Amino acid sequence: MDLGPHAAFIWAAYGVVALMLAALIGWLIVDGRNQQHRLDDLEARGLGRRRSSDAPRKT
Amino acid sequence: MQTLGQQLANPTRFMALSARLLPWLSALAAVLLVIGLYLALVVAPPDYQQGETVRIMFVHVPAAWLAMFTYVLIAISGFGLLVFRHPLADVSAKAAAPIGALFTALALITGSLWGKPMWGTYWVWDARLTSVLLLLFLYLGLIALRSSIEDETLAGKLTAVLGLVGVALLPVIRFSVEWWNTLHQPASVLRLDGPAIHASILVPLLVMVAAFTALFAAMHLKAMRNEILRRRVKALTMIEVDRQSRLAADPTRGT
Repeated sequence: MDLGPHAAFIWAAYGVVALMLAALIGWLIVDGRNQQHRLDDLEARGLGRRRSSDAPRKT
Repeated sequence: MQTLGQQLANPTRFMALSARLLPWLSALAAVLLVIGLYLALVVAPPDYQQGETVRIMFVHVPAAWLAMFTYVLIAISGFGLLVFRHPLADVSAKAAAPIGALFTALALITGSLWGKPMWGTYWVWDARLTSVLLLLFLYLGLIALRSSIEDETLAGKLTAVLGLVGVALLPVIRFSVEWWNTLHQPASVLRLDGPAIHASILVPLLVMVAAFTALFAAMHLKAMRNEILRRRVKALTMIEVDRQSRLAADPTRGT
């Protein structure tokens, strides 16, 4: 594919878009896994269902 | 009968619905991206004036469109939080801000890379470029304001107010190329007299806009799901801390 004398600018534009979008998608996936893992961990310790006696007390 | 908005007000219901929707949205975005990239890099002809550099438009315009669209979404979410107190409005606004900032940064970077071969410079302080840079600062301001306040409810309300005030910047960006002399070309797609672009370039552009929009929808949905999980984790952690402190104060409760 010959993109002429300005090919570097065109590839740089597509490259930056690909890199930044891939980074955001990766972060979203990792963040989602981390949150789910932490939630599973808390629920495994019996904190999944809120009981009235568990609710934080107002001081 | 509940409206869709009322049905989605329940985070548990939203999580179930979004879990079903997310794979389809992601697949749609991937398919549209493959088609769009093929049209943009292979099928679309070079422009008679700009030559091959017109291909930068196929990523620049969708990024710029989403920079604006995401901000409108944040403003609508802010309105939904302040007026209707919709439980997911704040989640939506918080999840959208980093994505909007990214697309704004992409619009600026790809615009600079297009500007150098066409204008002879990466950057000029003209109305369009400067107003989009202000939009990026506005996104960063929203993110910084929220992260500086620990109280989630207060942070949501303050960022909603800032988000609504910032809407005033959008018409400035939109009409900057008409109100002032700028290097940036005037609107060529959304015009009263129809698009000023030949179909051979317009069709790939619209496919790329659709692909980026689908990708945004998928990323926003995923970010909202993450935020709901984060809030559940925070709530459960607070319960655990409270339980531990009560146990420490009265050890007989644990037996």
